[in-house]
Order: sequence, then structure tokens, then C-alpha cells
Amino acid sequence: MNITPIKSIKDLPLEDNLFPGTAMCAGCGGLLALRHCLKALGEKTVIVNAAGCFTLLSIYPFTPFKGSWLYTAMASAPAGAQGVRDALDILIKKGRIKQDEDLKVVVLTGDGAAYDMGLSSTSGAIYRNLDFYYICYDNEAYGNTGFQWSGATPYASKTGTTPVGKFNPTGAEVSKKNLFEIWRSHKPPYLATISPAHQVDLFNKFKKAEEYKGPKLFISHSPCPPGWATDPSHSVKLAKLSVDTGIWALKEAIYGEVRHTLVPKKFKPVEEYLEGQGRFTHLFKPVRQEDTISKIQEMVNEYWKGVKE
Amino acid sequence: MAKEMLTGNAAAAWGVRLAEVDYIPAYPVTPQTEIIETIARWISNGDMDARFVTMDSEHSMITAAGAASAAGVRAFTASSSQGLLYGFEMLYTVAGWRVPLVMVNVSRGLSAPITLEPDHNDILAARDCGFLQIHCETCQEVLDSILIAYRIAEDEKILLPVFVNLDGFLLSFTREPVEIPLLDDVKKFLPAYTPKHAFFRSGKPMAQGVSVLGGPIYSYFKYQMHLAAMNGLAVYKEVCKEFENIFGRRYDTTDGYMLEDAEYVLIMMDSFSTLGKAAVKKAREKGIKAGLLRLRLLRPFPERDIMAAIKGKKAAAVLDQNISIGKGGILHSEIAGAMFNEKERPLLLSFIGGLGGKNISPVEFEFIFDTMINAEKTGVVPEPHLLYTEAEWKEMERVKKIAGKV
Repeated sequence: MNITPIKSIKDLPLEDNLFPGTAMCAGCGGLLALRHCLKALGEKTVIVNAAGCFTLLSIYPFTPFKGSWLYTAMASAPAGAQGVRDALDILIKKGRIKQDEDLKVVVLTGDGAAYDMGLSSTSGAIYRNLDFYYICYDNEAYGNTGFQWSGATPYASKTGTTPVGKFNPTGAEVSKKNLFEIWRSHKPPYLATISPAHQVDLFNKFKKAEEYKGPKLFISHSPCPPGWATDPSHSVKLAKLSVDTGIWALKEAIYGEVRHTLVPKKFKPVEEYLEGQGRFTHLFKPVRQEDTISKIQEMVNEYWKGVKE
Repeated sequence: MAKEMLTGNAAAAWGVRLAEVDYIPAYPVTPQTEIIETIARWISNGDMDARFVTMDSEHSMITAAGAASAAGVRAFTASSSQGLLYGFEMLYTVAGWRVPLVMVNVSRGLSAPITLEPDHNDILAARDCGFLQIHCETCQEVLDSILIAYRIAEDEKILLPVFVNLDGFLLSFTREPVEIPLLDDVKKFLPAYTPKHAFFRSGKPMAQGVSVLGGPIYSYFKYQMHLAAMNGLAVYKEVCKEFENIFGRRYDTTDGYMLEDAEYVLIMMDSFSTLGKAAVKKAREKGIKAGLLRLRLLRPFPERDIMAAIKGKKAAAVLDQNISIGKGGILHSEIAGAMFNEKERPLLLSFIGGLGGKNISPVEFEFIFDTMINAEKTGVVPEPHLLYTEAEWKEMERVKKIAGKV
């Protein structure tokens, strides 16, 4: 591998392959991540999309992408990627298109599709060693339908279907599904978590992934102002805090071998991340739910204890 | 030309092979599996230059097939019954993409209760999705229809996916003599697929399957699909004429049997029509002027051809091998709807039979003809009938007893 990683955001390409003016919400963390993913991927892409917020990126007669786009359905974007990838391979092999007309096939899904409904088709595509990229913008709930509980929703988050009330003061009662480990069990060539606040780390990961043929999977933690009930101007700050508190671990796995790409020198307490978000306000007001906050801190401590060992 | 003994499934596979299909995503389901196994074997042996992928579900399979078609290759896939329903969402989606996918459905009844044997509720559930539908009675017709289906699907006036339907077991596993056309002749009939409207390649970015906001845009695209499907009536006839010129076999939108001077017409679909034809012949021997109209092209619905075929007849009976729960026979409704504004129209009777592969015996056909004659005599059209024999009823009573339900 002869890639020189970039060191600073000044080294990021100026060119964008995703143009502004989309229908996404102000402060969408997923969109910021996607913009940087596409800086790394270039313009020779075909994005195969699953139902979610980002389905509203291409609305007839507009598209914000320099590359191509195919919206499929909620559960089967990886299968769509299979069809497109195979078709391109067939066309090149049979001499019907030239090699330089080839495209990178990129699945783009939210966490609802990635963690829940699309898991079977994702597993199938990884298992078949499909040569594709997979980007999950994880805002930790079904965002496009107004923020309901998904397999990606963290413990104690308030959502439309885990409302906080007299009989349930906690919100979501189970913790987030570990999609990274589900994917890793397939031993794909490249797998990483990314953050819209760590663009250099994100960019370098995509460039590294480019060296591998097969599934290249990315989960981006994606602050969602309307769902998280936060100010749009705080999205980058929250994305940073999730890394600094150790809640969102930045890592990669090459053929299943895990390496953390950023380990905070000193972890900030989780409440610094939780406190500013409407979806967690019930942990602080009207009464501070000490047990629940501690439990979240313990979960984070437990994770990093495993990493250090 | 020599004929080979082929099952309906093998005939389907031959159609795919001769169409020089590039891509086959697949998923096994009884009674379709023989089609994909045959194709997989040919690819493995080098008899077919195509790519075959076993997917993780029918939903994924139809997605992959449609996406490959949207990327510019000739794609094929096949399913049946539960599988078709599992992938149902993608039927509407792929049709909306306006890509020329050809898909075989091997008809089988729908759960619950779960069964393997045929009826048409699976394929008729897909009636409104935008796929055109060709229904087959014989193995030869299966092979030929796949070639015809690609021609129609890829026609620029249409650009819609097409279903070729055959009955599970009765046709899928029945061997009949089939003439396998020469590849050179097929190439004359079906040229290579070179899409102008849907593909993916660098330098020519294209957004497909994009969302729309607002009813006017949605209505526009949906109605475009409908108009394209309706173009199918004329295109189908042109294509079939060309097919006849090259291969000598003639297919129309419907298939009439002893229809010309018939007074009592039985209307059916798919392989059970063979039983219906035998019954017509027998009725004729008894002096009843019987005839049979088999619906071959179901979408687009050849309303005028059907009306012309039954015009001036005394009575027609639709034998639906399906049931719309809470309404009755689906084809009966469709034909009744088509007839409503006709001034001269026969009485229209409704029979439901052959559900879940239940045999339709000569006695049951006799009952249909007798009922038609009686209705014509009295002018009273009876309530829809379920065909079910005395012996079958007794057997049902026996098994219910075993189940402890009597």
C-alpha cells in the first residue's frame, strides 16, 4: 500500500461531487459526512440508495451529484449494487463499454435500512464479496419519518416510539446494535467508522479502502438536529464530543483485524455529550437520573477497557 | 426440425439461453428451481456466456435484476408464489424504472394454507404493477414467449418488464415435444440489447428511480406507464407476426378453440386450458356448440379482442383458477367490466376451480356447460360456483374427522 495519508483539512480536495442546495435539514451531520466521502470517492460513482432521508437528495428533475444515482427500496440497496456492479463487469468483459467508463458502486443508506430492514441484503452482498462501497449515515433512529426507535438508537434516547413517561422514564431500554461487529464477522476487506467532524480520518479511510477489492463499509455517526433536538450549529461540536467522550469509537478493521484510528488522550465525561441534546434531556430534568447516566458512562468505560487490553 | 422432450421449466431455460441473456440473479423456490439450476449448469459448462448470482431473497433478486437492467444488460429472473410475494415491492419499483426485465413466474397457490400446487393468485396479485403478462398453455409456448417477451419489453414504445407465466407442476414438470429454434434465427428476431434510455457509465451521469414531489409529476409518470402498456397491444401483434414469419408458430392475444361457431364459450388461462379444450371436444360430440377462449396476453388486457371473440355467443363462463377473497373470480370481474358497455353481449357466468392444483374433472366441465345452457334458457344467471366434486367433499369430510374437527 503506497498511499500517503493526508495530514490536515487543508489537504482535502477542493472539488466537490455533491453540490449544495439539497432538501436536507440544516446542520445534517450525515450530509457533511457524505460530502467528504464523495471528495474521496471522486465523480465516477453510481450511488445506490435505500429509503431514508437521503432519498430526498435526488428529487425530479434535480440531482446534486456529479455521478449517477439509483434509488431502490428500503431493504435492498446492496442487492441493487450487486446488479449494477455485475452489469458493469459484464459490459466491460463483453467489450460493450470501455474500462475507463467504469464506476465505483456506492450504497447509501440510513441506519434504519443498515441496522434493521436491509441487514439480510447487506449480509448477502458482503458474503458474496461484492466489490462496492457502503456508507451508512447513522443518526440513531428512523429520521426521515420523524425520529422513531431503530436498531441504532442508543440506550436512554427518547424517540417517537420510545417516549419518556411515567412508566418509562428511560426512553430506549436497550442499547444500540453493534453493526460494526455484525459486519466484521463477515471479515470484509475494509470496514471503518467515520465522523463528519473528523474529515481527515474519514478521507484517509476511503483512500485506504480503495486499495481493496470487495466490500468496503463505513458507518458515519451523524448528528441530526431535528431528531436529536439540537441546534443545527452544534452538529460538528456534537460529532466531536461523541468521539471525545468515547461514545463513538473511530476505528477500522482490515479483514477483521481491528485498529482504533483515534483514541482520546483524556476521555470527556459522557454527560458533556448527552446534556446538550433534547433526546436526552429527561436524564437531567426535572430530576437527574444518576443511575442511567452512570450506566451509559460504564458502558463506554467497559468498551474502552476492552480496547486497551 | 427435430423436437426435444422438455419440461416447461427446461423450455423456459432454453428461452433464456437463446435470448443470450447476460445476467441472472436467482433464488430457489418450488416449482421454479429447475429453471435456474438448468441455467446455472449451462453457464458452468460454458454453454451460456452469462453471469449467475444466487441472491439472499427474492426481494434482493428482483432488485438486482432490475438494477442490472437499469445499468444496461439483458437480465432474467424467475420466481413463484411466496417468492413472488416476498419480492412484491420490487415489482412495482422495477416497472417504474422502465427497464425491460423478463421474469418467469411458475404459478403456485399462496399460503396460508401453504401448498406447492398451482393456481393463479400469485401472478394475478402482480396484475397492477406495470409488468406485462403473457400466459402459457404449452412448453413450446413458454420458450417462444420468452423470446417474444424480450422483444416487447425492449421496444422503445414500451420499455416495461414482462412476466411469462406457466403453471407449476402441470406444465413446469410436464415434458412435451418442443422445437428449439436455431440461434441464428433467434438473433434475426431478437437483436442485441442496446439501451438508449437507461444505463450507468462514467462521463454520462444519470439519476434513475428518483423521487418526485407532488401529484402532477407522479400522475404523469404512472400514466406514461399505462400508455406504454397499452402500446403493447399493437406491438405484441407486430412482434408475433414477425415471430410467425421466422418460426412458423402463430400467437395471438387470445387463443380460440372451436370458437367460430360456438354458442357457449368457456374462458380460461394457462395449462388447465388443455383440459378445457378436451371438455369442449367432448361437449361437441354430445351436440353442444361449445368453444374455448384462452387468455394469453393478460396485461395489457386485450379487451377488444376478447369482446370480438365472444360477441354473438349465447353465454360465456369464466373459469377462474384464483379467488379474490370477498369478491370472487378475478378474470370474471375483468371481463364483466369490459362487457358493460357492449350492446350485444352474452350472459356471463362465473366458476372458480382448480385452486391449489385441484383437478377439474370432465364432470365439472359438463356441469359448466349445462349451467350455461340452463342460464341461457331461463335467462337467469346463477351465483358464482366453486367446482368441487362429491368425492372430493367426502374425502374432505374424512380428513376433517382425522383432524378432530367434526
